Amino acid sequence: MSEPLIFELSREGKRGYTFPECDVPESPLASLIGTRHLRREPAALPELAEIDVIRHFTRISRLNFCVDTHFYPLGSCTMKYNPKVNEKIAALVGFSQLHPLQPPQTVQGMLRLLFELEHLLCEITGMDAFTLQPAAGAHGELVGMMIARAYFARAGEPGRNIVLIPDSGHGTNPSSAALYGFEVQGLASDASGRVDVKQLGAALTPRVAALMLTNPNTLGLFEKDISSIAGLLHDNGSLFYCDGANLNALVGLAKPGDMGIDILHTNMHKTFSTPHGGGGPGAGPVGVKKKLAPFLPVPRVRRDDARGTYFFDGVGAGDSVGRVHAFYGNAGVLLKAYAYIRALGAEGLRQVALDAVLNANYLKELVSACFDIPYNSGPCMHEFVLSAARQKEHGVSALDIAKALIDRGFHPPTVYFPLIVKEALMIEPTETETKETLDTFARVLCEIAQAAEHSPGTLTNVTPHTTPVSRLDEVSAARKPVLTWCAESGREEKDSASGRQRR
Amino acid sequence: MKKYTKTHEWVEPDGTRATVGITDHAQGELRDIVFIELPKKGAGVSQGAACAVVESVKAAFDIYAPLSGKVIEINPKIEEDPSLVNQDPEGAGWFFKIEIADAAELDGLLDEVTYYKLLRGEAQ
Repeated sequence: MSEPLIFELSREGKRGYTFPECDVPESPLASLIGTRHLRREPAALPELAEIDVIRHFTRISRLNFCVDTHFYPLGSCTMKYNPKVNEKIAALVGFSQLHPLQPPQTVQGMLRLLFELEHLLCEITGMDAFTLQPAAGAHGELVGMMIARAYFARAGEPGRNIVLIPDSGHGTNPSSAALYGFEVQGLASDASGRVDVKQLGAALTPRVAALMLTNPNTLGLFEKDISSIAGLLHDNGSLFYCDGANLNALVGLAKPGDMGIDILHTNMHKTFSTPHGGGGPGAGPVGVKKKLAPFLPVPRVRRDDARGTYFFDGVGAGDSVGRVHAFYGNAGVLLKAYAYIRALGAEGLRQVALDAVLNANYLKELVSACFDIPYNSGPCMHEFVLSAARQKEHGVSALDIAKALIDRGFHPPTVYFPLIVKEALMIEPTETETKETLDTFARVLCEIAQAAEHSPGTLTNVTPHTTPVSRLDEVSAARKPVLTWCAESGREEKDSASGRQRR
Repeated sequence: MKKYTKTHEWVEPDGTRATVGITDHAQGELRDIVFIELPKKGAGVSQGAACAVVESVKAAFDIYAPLSGKVIEINPKIEEDPSLVNQDPEGAGWFFKIEIADAAELDGLLDEVTYYKLLRGEAQ
């Protein structure tokens, strides 16, 4: 890549600003902070003029491949367009200049908004209570597992230690359950790509704490037997956890709470249009049924109905799993989700789901002649999974196709997931794309499929051609990771494998 | 004689002991393996239960024990150089050796002919 690191641009003594002499008496730092907390030598910060810094970061920003520049059909991530009005509202100084340690009486507007968001999410999902604290979907899953563990401990059933997870679920599900000490047991899908109810029944023992179900699942299929699944679980005394990351297919149409779900996480950065990426922040609120509400994280925002004021409640309260995030979660993100929900209203949200499902089915139909589509017995929900098995026979893999899409101006779909589809390409167009974009994408995808058949050499292991760096060597990166940049030898450093750090 | 599982592990018994690994088909499906987590020496494994993890550029996969028993030796070479499993999965790329707990479990496994029939069935 042609753009050097900012450290490589650094020249000793360069400065953006120079300050005038200090005209008040200085106190030695050591007397203010204590020597224990002071650096022994100055930090190795890059030294540049302001214009060098601005140009460096502007050049890098132009390499971005994002929703605002390209169609981004990354399956199960719901990369919808994020309306700019949300940003505008979140930037209002009355919100953006708040400090989380301000006294509650000075942040009534924000507290009201969080309180109302909690209730809007209850209305949308059919759950009884929500925590807005979790910072991401996977964090929400972990909090869900904490609530399940606390519930069974309280119920005198600490032996419930198994979590069942279908093989069409999100990959984070087993990770979250295992991270919180549960034993994960996989369930193979039936021939249609859904939960095999008979197999589930056989797996239900007194040790099963919960089933974690992604609905619609990663094959883009609605779990038709969800009521019988809920019945089986509840008869067994187990909890029903739903990964609600794919709520975009259901919002305004159906409520997970009505399907017998006990714990649900939602993703503000998927369904409710807050931005993804940049390492966060996200928000993954968790909703529960009434019997689980006492276990929700604290503090919770409550309303004093008599006075019409809002306050934090429940720190140190009995059954709560405690805090799971500093203060009250990523409030700025929650604010954008609130703005989105209020702007669309019930009718608008319903239209979101209808259009998301329509777009996915339209796109699936357009590409169905060019690719194999396993588990395709009818319409899909918000996403669908192609298989590049046919192209693979010519030596062109799902990865080659994904990279070829970059050359043609599209972000690749999710590849090699779910694992039950060979050479999987998981595509989710979302509701925000136009027919023209979908038509162009389908045409390009079919052109690549044809190239795979007639001139595979232009694709196999060579794409992409147009990016600042071409095909990355993922294997070496994983086998010999170089995790620190080494100043003395620059970027060509290759021998610092196995985590050995050099300073 | 080598026996196989439907989940693409192989096991080669030698008296009361057996060597365990993954099949050539499995390594081909996984593609470039970048990390392997083996059971600890002395650990117990039970037939059909996850006993090791293989991570490739595609994803992480559980490896299931073809037989129950106690792990008596692991292959340190594949921990250092996981590509050995891609190069020679049914030879130098073996995973671990166990003391067989119940030799009768062998009867439930597939022989070579049946395993390759199964693979051809999968490919169709």
